[in-house]
Amino acid sequence: MENIRLAFQGIWGHKMRSFLTMLGIIIGIASIITIVSTIKGTNEQIKENLIGAGGNVVTVQLYQDTYPFDMAYNEPPAGVKVLERSTRRELEALDGVEKIAFYTKREFSNDVRAGSNSFFGTVYGVDPAYLDLMSYQPSYGRNFSETDFAHFRKVVLLDNKAASTLFPGTYPVGETVDIKGEPFVVIGVVEKQSSFTPKIQTMNDYHMYSDTGGGAIFIPDSTWPIVYRFDEPQCVAVQAGSTDQMTKAGKQVADYLTANQISPNAAPAGSSSGGAESAAVDAGPATGGGADGGSSFSYRSEDLLQQAQQLQEMSNSTNQQLIWIASISLLVGGIGVMNIMLVSVTERTGEIGLKKALGAKKARIRVQFLTEASVLTSLGGLIGVLLGILLAQLISKTNGIPVAISIPAITISVVFSMAIGVVFGLLPALKAANLNPIEALRRD
Amino acid sequence: MILELNHVYKDYTRGKNAVSVLKDICLEVEQGDYIAIMGPSGSGKTTLMNLIGCLDVPTKGEYHLAGQDIGALDDNALADIRNKYIGFVFQNFYLLPKMSALDNVALPLLYAGVPQKERRARAAEALTAVGLGERVHFLPNQLSGGQCQRVAIARAMVSHPQLLLADEPTGALDTAAGNQIMEIFQHLSDQGMTILMITHEPDIAACAKKTYHIRDGQLITDAAHKEVSRHETT
Repeated sequence: MENIRLAFQGIWGHKMRSFLTMLGIIIGIASIITIVSTIKGTNEQIKENLIGAGGNVVTVQLYQDTYPFDMAYNEPPAGVKVLERSTRRELEALDGVEKIAFYTKREFSNDVRAGSNSFFGTVYGVDPAYLDLMSYQPSYGRNFSETDFAHFRKVVLLDNKAASTLFPGTYPVGETVDIKGEPFVVIGVVEKQSSFTPKIQTMNDYHMYSDTGGGAIFIPDSTWPIVYRFDEPQCVAVQAGSTDQMTKAGKQVADYLTANQISPNAAPAGSSSGGAESAAVDAGPATGGGADGGSSFSYRSEDLLQQAQQLQEMSNSTNQQLIWIASISLLVGGIGVMNIMLVSVTERTGEIGLKKALGAKKARIRVQFLTEASVLTSLGGLIGVLLGILLAQLISKTNGIPVAISIPAITISVVFSMAIGVVFGLLPALKAANLNPIEALRRD
Repeated sequence: MILELNHVYKDYTRGKNAVSVLKDICLEVEQGDYIAIMGPSGSGKTTLMNLIGCLDVPTKGEYHLAGQDIGALDDNALADIRNKYIGFVFQNFYLLPKMSALDNVALPLLYAGVPQKERRARAAEALTAVGLGERVHFLPNQLSGGQCQRVAIARAMVSHPQLLLADEPTGALDTAAGNQIMEIFQHLSDQGMTILMITHEPDIAACAKKTYHIRDGQLITDAAHKEVSRHETT
């Protein structure tokens, strides 16, 4: 305790020199904290963007080879069965699966109009379970009813984006939307229950999260064949029991569908055109090799959790290198501390000699200088942490990069800077402890 | 007997040559002695002081302090001996500039492992004894030279040593301040303190009960010194 007090006294006594000594450590620690905070923030946001929105929902859709099968440009493939509602019960019995919804979709659709306004989003044909499963709730108007499905009513629900695109400035409920020339009556506007909206900062982000980016409109799946085809293979939304079960539930559903819905001689019909590339879990060997060879079909789950992890790993590996560079600056800072401490020992030979004359043992002198060095570097570390947090906040304010302060990183940084003090303080401390008291007293 | 030097030699090697700084020194100091050692610079008096102060060990011969053979001790044991038995007073005080008078005085007690409360109490007591009870929280640069030396005396006395070792205690002071220091020494001597003082000023040496001279590394009594001096002048 006494040593720490004396060390602080010494540091305070030479404010300017102490600060300059600490500068290397401060810069090193500050840059590490800034980098780590930015990595962590980015990672958390990636994860949040991808899985935060849906209540543990994994989507499973048909793939042709490695691309999602897109009905906008293709005929329905032969040999892929349309899902029956009875399949739902079998899927819901699978391990980790909580609920199942079927839907069909058209991405980047330009089939939808309201007066002179057109819409460039996704059209969904949904079963009665879908909206609830995806946690959509009407904010205006009403939800779909049993009779809408049973009587093939041409009704449509819009999300906020679609509503503002198609009906800017007007109340959309009761208005009419044209889908491929068929009039649909708007019965409500729906909104995701979680207040979450993905943060879009780059074009990559935009593509990744764009499936709600352009807006979405929903019609009962029973009316889907009125505007599109009746024999389209559907997509499946799988709600897992928990976030951890998402990967497993998605894969099981995909495997089941691949095994039961695709006949061995499934073949592509019409021309094929790839959709957006997307990370996907391979749902096992695809059945069927088409008549023209090459193409094969399978159901695959779009596992957002894994997708998030892949993205995180990517940003981690780039930033790992930055941490190495910052560590080198810490090393340089440590050498700076050693230098100044060596100078300080020379400067304070008189003091060391006196202390020895008064009965201070070698160990005490050694501990005194080690304490001084590590208090100096710890203090530098603390200042560095504060500066790093400040810098991270500044970066997030100016560049919009998200940051998250990592408590373990802070703890490790401070402990590490203390260790630097001990390691680089060792040589000066030994030099001080081994000074001959006579020599030390004579020099003055 | 507090200390005894028995045919002590001290050699220093300068390059290839060994230089004998002290030759055949014999000295006995009894409890309550007040001794001055005089000599010109380069005569070896600082080396003798370092030996007696256990900052150095003899090359040859025996040195006993408080019944212990100093030549046989290692660094840590020597530090303990200095801490327990010897109080140092230096020409230029050697106070730590960033510490208050109280903390400076308490320093030897820190090394003796005395708890903080007792350290502060004893340091304050020692400062009061040298007439600085009012100035315990002053920093050395806020004190005059004479006051600094009194703080140094308080620091030397705080651990109740058996021997007060003073190296030119008035060397950096004016006459008035020097006289004050000598009064304190006299007072300590009256109380039975053993004092060994190195000086080159005859006025200061005159305060001591006994005076020795050191010449070319050899210790001689005052009487012998006068004899030699008379021979030289005639």
